[in-house]
Amino acid sequence: MSGKKNKKEGKKKSKVRPKKVKEKKPKGSVKEAPPTVEEIIEEVATPGRIASEIVNKVIPDMPKLVKEGVEQALTKMMIEEGYTREELEEKVREAEHLLQRLIKEVELIHGEIPEAIYEELLRKLSAEVVKTGVTEEEIAEIVDIAVKTYQESLVHPGEPVGTVAAQSIGEPGTQMTLRTFHYAGVREMSVVLGLPRLIELVDARKNPETPLMILELEEEYKYDLEKARKTARAIEYTTLGDVVSRVQITKEGIIIHFDPDILEDKGLSVEDIIAVLKKSRASSSRVEPLEGDEYAIKVKVRTQDLTRIYKMRDRLMRIKLKGIRGIKKAIIREEIEEETGRKKYVIVTEGTNLKEVIKVPGVDPRKVYTNSVYEVETVLGIEAARETLRREILNTLREQGLDVDVRHIMLLVDAMTKTGVVRQIGRHGIVGEKPSVLARATFEVTVKNLVNAAATGETDYLRGVSENVIVGQIVRVGTAIVRLQMKPTELGRKVSSGGGK
Amino acid sequence: MAGSKRKTKFSVLEHELVPMHEIVPPDEALKILRELGLKPTELPMIKVTDPVAMELGAKPGDLIRIIRKSPTAGVAIYYRYVVPVITKK
Repeated sequence: MSGKKNKKEGKKKSKVRPKKVKEKKPKGSVKEAPPTVEEIIEEVATPGRIASEIVNKVIPDMPKLVKEGVEQALTKMMIEEGYTREELEEKVREAEHLLQRLIKEVELIHGEIPEAIYEELLRKLSAEVVKTGVTEEEIAEIVDIAVKTYQESLVHPGEPVGTVAAQSIGEPGTQMTLRTFHYAGVREMSVVLGLPRLIELVDARKNPETPLMILELEEEYKYDLEKARKTARAIEYTTLGDVVSRVQITKEGIIIHFDPDILEDKGLSVEDIIAVLKKSRASSSRVEPLEGDEYAIKVKVRTQDLTRIYKMRDRLMRIKLKGIRGIKKAIIREEIEEETGRKKYVIVTEGTNLKEVIKVPGVDPRKVYTNSVYEVETVLGIEAARETLRREILNTLREQGLDVDVRHIMLLVDAMTKTGVVRQIGRHGIVGEKPSVLARATFEVTVKNLVNAAATGETDYLRGVSENVIVGQIVRVGTAIVRLQMKPTELGRKVSSGGGK
Repeated sequence: MAGSKRKTKFSVLEHELVPMHEIVPPDEALKILRELGLKPTELPMIKVTDPVAMELGAKPGDLIRIIRKSPTAGVAIYYRYVVPVITKK
C-alpha cells in the first residue's frame, strides 16, 4: 500500500510544483525562448523598487500616503517617459517643500471629509505635485474644490434613497440569468448564481442552496500541500458508505469491501475504520478483519432475518468515520497570495459548518468565510452578517456583469439588519413590519392585510410613501419634506404679548 | 478531530468580518443621542445574545459603537442599541 501511495503522490506533485513556463522553455529551443514569468515580473518590478528607494532616501519622514503617491508617480514617469534615477531624485527634492505645503493644506480639511477621500486626496495630489509641478496656489485651490465637490455630492435631505436603491438594484436585476445552475469558480462544484442567489439572499433564507466555505490556512499550513491536504481530510465528512466498494451479505455476516484508492484519498486505513466501528454502538464488538483480503472487513450478525440485516447494513453505511457534519466535500485550491506573491493553498468546501470549522487546527479562524449568512449571524454576530450579506449581494451582481453602486447595497443590508437580526425583504420581514396598513397592503396579500387591520381597528397615519400615493396626497419626499413647524400655544402667547420676537 | 481545542480560545472579535465594537459609557451615550436627536429605540439594534455583545459583556440598554471599514467613507461609525431578545414567531 505504501508503495502505491508514494507513486501517486509523486505524480501529483510533479503536476503542481514546476512553473509551467519554465518547463516548456527547453523544449521550444528552436526560436528564441520567450521571457519567463519571473523575468517579466522582474522587469516591471524594478522601476517600482527604484521609486521606493528614491522616496526613502529623499523624503523618508513624510506620511505613508504621500510616499505612496510619490512612488506611484515616479514609477509611471520611469516607465512611460523614461526618466533616469538621478533626474527623478532631483524632481522629488524640488517638490519637497510643495509636498510639505500640501500636507498642511490637506490636514486643515481632514475633519470635513471622510477618511477615504482624505487618503485619496493626499495620495493623488502628492503624485501630481511630483509629476506636473503645480504651484502652491493651485494646491490650495484643488483642495478647496475637492471639499466643495464632496459636499455638493452628499445626499440632500429628503432624497428618497430607498426608492433610488430599489430601482438601482431592481433594473439590473432584470438582466440576470434565470438559470439556477452554473458551473463556475470552483471545479467539481456547482454554485447557485444570478437571480436565484440574489433572491435567496434578499429572502434571508437560512440555508443557501449551495452552501460553501472558503478556508484560509494558518501560516505553517498554507504553503505546504501535504499539511493542507491533511487539514482538508480532517474537515471532510466521511461515512463508511463513502469508502465502500461492495457489500456482501453472507451466512457469516456482512462483508464490506473497501476501495483502496478512495481510502488513500481520504487518508484512512482499514485499521482506523475498525477502530471507529468498534466504538460505534451499531457495530460494537462484532467487527473483525476478513482473512485473505486486506481491504475488507466482516461484521457478524446474529439474526437470519434479511430485512433486519439490510437495516443493519444501512445503519453501518451511515457511521461517521471522521470530519465535520455538513461538509460534503473539501477541495484544495491553489492561489497566489497578494502580499507576498507566493503560492498558497486554500480549502474550499461544499457545505458549511462555521461553528465547528473554526475550531479545526490549521484553519485560520480569523479568515473563515462562509456564504451562509444565517451561520455568520449566529456565530459571529449581526455586524459580520451584514458584511457577509453585502459581499454576497455585491459579488452576485458583479459576477453577472452588473455594476451597482455599493451605497445602494449598503442601504439594503443596513435595512435588513437594523433590528439586530437578519430580516428578509418581504411580507415576513421589512415590509411586513411597516406600521402602515396601506403600505403593507400595496405589497402582497392585500385583502388579508386590509381585513386584519379593519378587524383590529388599526390606524394609518399616512407617513410613508406608498400610503400617500394611494390616498392621492403629496408624498413626503424631496422638497415636500419641508413642513411648517408651529406651536399654537407659543404663537398665542406671542400675539397677546404684543408680537415681535 | 473536530473537537480538539486550540491553545488560546478564539474570540469572535478577531474575525475579519467583525468590525470594532465597543460599549459607549453612559454619559457619553446620552451626549451622542442628544446630538443625533434620537430616542434609543430609534437606533439600530443588537441583541444581547449576539456573539459580539456577549463577548463584550453588554447589557440591554447599553449603546455599542461600531467602527466599520467602509468602501465609500474609509471609516464609518455606527451605533447599535443593545436590546433583550424578543421571542417572536
